[in-house]
Amino acid sequence: MFELLGIPPQALFGQLLLGLINGSFYAILSLGLAIIFGLLNIINFTHGAQYMMGAFVAWMLLNYLGIPYWGALIIVPIIVGATGIVLERLLISRLYHLDHLYGLLLTFGLALIITGIFRNQYGISGLPYAIPKQLAGGQNLGFMFLPNYRGWVVVVSLVVCLATWFAIEKTRLGGYLRAATENPTMVGAFGINVPRLITLTYGFGVALAAFAGVLAAPIYSVNPNMGADVIIVVFAVVVIGGMGSILGSILTGFGLGLVEGLARVFYPEGSAVVIFVIMAIVLLVKPAGLFGREA
Amino acid sequence: MRKTGFILATLAGLLMAGTAYAQTKVKIGVMNDRSGLYSDITGEGSVVAAQLAAEDFGTDKGITVEIVSADHQNKPDIGSNIARQWYDTEEVDAIADVPTSSVALAINDITREKNKVFLNSGAATSDLTGAKCSPNTIHWTYDTWQLAHGTGGAMVAAGGKTWFFLTADYAFGHALERDTAAVVKAAGGEVVGSVKTPFPGTDFSSFLLQAQSSGAQVIGLANAGGDTINSIKQASEFGITQGGQAIAGLLVFANDVHALGLDVAQGLVLTETFYWDLNDDTRKWSARFEEKTGKKPSMVQAGVYGAVLHYLKAVEAAGTKDAQAVVAKMKEMPTDDVLFGKGQVRIDGRKIHDAYLFRVKKPDQSKGEWDLYETVATIPADKAFRPLNEGGCELVK
Repeated sequence: MFELLGIPPQALFGQLLLGLINGSFYAILSLGLAIIFGLLNIINFTHGAQYMMGAFVAWMLLNYLGIPYWGALIIVPIIVGATGIVLERLLISRLYHLDHLYGLLLTFGLALIITGIFRNQYGISGLPYAIPKQLAGGQNLGFMFLPNYRGWVVVVSLVVCLATWFAIEKTRLGGYLRAATENPTMVGAFGINVPRLITLTYGFGVALAAFAGVLAAPIYSVNPNMGADVIIVVFAVVVIGGMGSILGSILTGFGLGLVEGLARVFYPEGSAVVIFVIMAIVLLVKPAGLFGREA
Repeated sequence: MRKTGFILATLAGLLMAGTAYAQTKVKIGVMNDRSGLYSDITGEGSVVAAQLAAEDFGTDKGITVEIVSADHQNKPDIGSNIARQWYDTEEVDAIADVPTSSVALAINDITREKNKVFLNSGAATSDLTGAKCSPNTIHWTYDTWQLAHGTGGAMVAAGGKTWFFLTADYAFGHALERDTAAVVKAAGGEVVGSVKTPFPGTDFSSFLLQAQSSGAQVIGLANAGGDTINSIKQASEFGITQGGQAIAGLLVFANDVHALGLDVAQGLVLTETFYWDLNDDTRKWSARFEEKTGKKPSMVQAGVYGAVLHYLKAVEAAGTKDAQAVVAKMKEMPTDDVLFGKGQVRIDGRKIHDAYLFRVKKPDQSKGEWDLYETVATIPADKAFRPLNEGGCELVK
């Protein structure tokens, strides 16, 4: 049996597939961030907390109201997205005329507050959330055992990412949005309610984070720190992909998942930093990111 | 004039009486993880446990106890700063708990340098009573040698000869892997591989896949807290136990099992030195604890109670707060509390008590939210911990 760099091919393919699965989370989270930054110019540090809220609201729906996973997949993004809309109207909208930094500080503070509330209420060990019965078990692919649920995560993430990209780049609503960010006064003059458009966009970005949270709940324990753990990596993904680039964030999300998976095989100790090393290199060579437009 | 003299004399008398009746004030700093991944097994619960110890010690012995607390965030530099500040400017006499071995080793050094007392419950590294042992440190609850021999020994005895380790990449994980590998090899087993995982981590599937493809009979988890929870959960997802490989959770707390749910955790074999449902005394104390915290106590929190109570008794018996005298008294006096029963503290600072091998119940065996374990075996105190002459502690002559 031949080996690639000392690793049997089965193991390598297995790791690549796992990388793709993690990449799905990176892609869907960084997509939400990229939309919010690209169209609103807000660096949404609350994104990780909103992802965590997604997982917690799914747990609450199941334990307090008996609503299972499939219902949560639809209801949770709506609920958490609505909280995002409230936040945008009450707080974030007041900062649009200020420097980026103010938005970053506000959303970072909000993230700390939200995380703190959940930690005080539910502790840190996390809460169990079972994989839905229909997706329990897995397939033996020969080179690895693929849990059905992880396969589902990859497929549904791809679908959501592509649908979002299509909606923004190819539909009339997406056109309005892009126009509104280029020249809000002009678009407003055409009778389009620009502030509402922006509010809904923020709500949609938050809903994407919450959706990822529901997807993550059965894999990771539902834990107040889950957002804080992932948000820095996701920011690195957005920076590498090019701030605000929709397609860039999707492709980089999946790509960096793969790179991280490979690092776990060849040098596990380095797997936590490999993404940041890439970020540093990309910033040196192409400061606008791989898919970003030079300012 | 005589009147003034009388008043002055009375005042002087009062002042002297005041001095004579002055109580010894003992200040204990509970330092642990208040918000990170070990905050459920230590955190505020350990502070409550220390307060319960002060309460049970009583207020009638001329000793007033003040308890302060701080968050070391699992970072040795932050823990060291707090310890220095406590010892240098805030008159703290003893530091209790301190999970996370890297932080505990730092506190161990500082406490020795400042000649205070370190009552460790939370950290696991067996170096605290071995190569790094100190005349100022008592290691109460558990350690990596004990975990390795308890769980590791039981798994090898049950036929698990080949092992693969998932090791948290810091002092604790390395110590636990080293100690367990020694047990496995001594019993004729073999370690076929290991992987150092970044700490803390969330996704362990890649590492589990490597463990799976290694074909080892046992996958040893040399990690703790959230890392262990995610590893076990993901091992179940990838069908690792169904595939015939066994998972050995080398450090698993009741709180972790509670977080995992019995569906996922059932059948897991683990070692603890305390469980709330051991006997009437532990149940009664745990109910008091639960009233204040809303949760059952962890082994670490129970250890904080035991250590603080014994420390206060030693201060009383020694009649001084001097660290060397108090620690000597702690080692000389037999220990006795409702959670760990009768026991002793060895010359190397190791507290000796029974350990228990538990198996996590199946969901249909459990009668309540916290009814998690069945007892497989009791490991007697003299077998549970490393023999005195094997640790390399300089205090052992």
